Amino acid sequence: MAEKKTLGQEFTKGIIKENPVLRLVLGTCPTLATTTSMESAIGMGISAAIVLVCSNIVISALRKVIPQKVRIPCYIVVIAAFVTIVQMLVKAFVPTLDEQLGVYLPLIVVNCIILGRAEAFAGKNSVIASAVDGLGMGVGFTVALIVMSTVRELLGAGSLLGHSVLPESVPPMTIFILAPGGFFVFGLVMACANKIAEAGGHKKATLGGCKACPMAASCEKLQNGEECGKEVEKA
Amino acid sequence: MKIFFSILLTAILTNNYILSKFLGICPFLGVSKKLNTAVGMSAAVIFVMVLASAVTYPLNTFLDKHSLGYLQTIVFILVIAALVQLVEIVLKKYIPSLYNSLGIYLPLITTNCAVLGVTILNIDNGYSFSHAMINSLGAGLGFMVAMVMFAGVRSKLESCDIPKFLQGLPITLVAASLTSLSFLGFTGLVENMFA
Repeated sequence: MAEKKTLGQEFTKGIIKENPVLRLVLGTCPTLATTTSMESAIGMGISAAIVLVCSNIVISALRKVIPQKVRIPCYIVVIAAFVTIVQMLVKAFVPTLDEQLGVYLPLIVVNCIILGRAEAFAGKNSVIASAVDGLGMGVGFTVALIVMSTVRELLGAGSLLGHSVLPESVPPMTIFILAPGGFFVFGLVMACANKIAEAGGHKKATLGGCKACPMAASCEKLQNGEECGKEVEKA
Repeated sequence: MKIFFSILLTAILTNNYILSKFLGICPFLGVSKKLNTAVGMSAAVIFVMVLASAVTYPLNTFLDKHSLGYLQTIVFILVIAALVQLVEIVLKKYIPSLYNSLGIYLPLITTNCAVLGVTILNIDNGYSFSHAMINSLGAGLGFMVAMVMFAGVRSKLESCDIPKFLQGLPITLVAASLTSLSFLGFTGLVENMFA
């Protein structure tokens, strides 16, 4: 990311070109777990986006204060604080969502998108750029979740946002809202995204490996390792 | 005794953390290419999961007692991060052979959602300390079973002729879907066995 981007580009890159789920393959756990219904997918997307924007702003504002060596624990504390705030707000105002998301709400802390953005972007860029980057990534995450959940809820329960859409003559295929359906739909959505990206002349999405891992920078052993080392050098 | 087996088998088979709860997908997709790395990673996960549960469970009781329950998320993730570092240092100094086989996987575990997930679920499910320990052990073993099985599936995939648009990650996910489907067959097994 050597060239300067305008704020507009920072925002849109998170939605399409560098979509965190479909292009960077980050945050796969919540993508699979919370897309059984559109409602929980949107709730998850918005919660993660709020945490992402807030933590990006704070981390970027503190980037000159935080010592290089202990930056990862510092980032984790900032992120965990915002997750706790979001958790409390959801519990207080949208208790049904809290029940649907369950353990995945506190698990936003370990969502690789958030720590990944803190490490790759907010730690190096200005507050405004980081906020816009966080917003773009958050929207991209939400969009990917909505795409996944539309397919899964429509085929698995025959409804959208809880309203039944398909006629009763079409029986819902429950397997799509169970675990195997999650992997399956994700695989197909990923294949479509790859196809579109290829048509546009971009590379296929591959699992980032060490490059995407937020711990990569603090992990010398992996940098010296065989497979992973190459990944890191490329980055 | 019955309940111990029931918790253990539920965590390994019916409620497998990877294949039915979607926790720890990143290492599942990332480190399962080769059998020996899959085993190494899972062994490190089992170790850290059990240790992390043993530490966070009493801590949570302490937090609850002083009505600081809202600090749970922050405290748990920090304890896990610190614990992983500590384990790394101790292993490096005293058990170098174990460190050489598990060492490279340890730093990756801090951000593994399965570890934080199991500590939180232990509390949410209202387990007692011994049940929580068994559940963590089961979750770790389940992680290993899924990883090892999937490493086998992937090695078969390498020699297959896959349509171009499915190559790479998409076919891996479809294979994961089928592996998960096979685990769906265990539904109801534990309930019936101990009924």
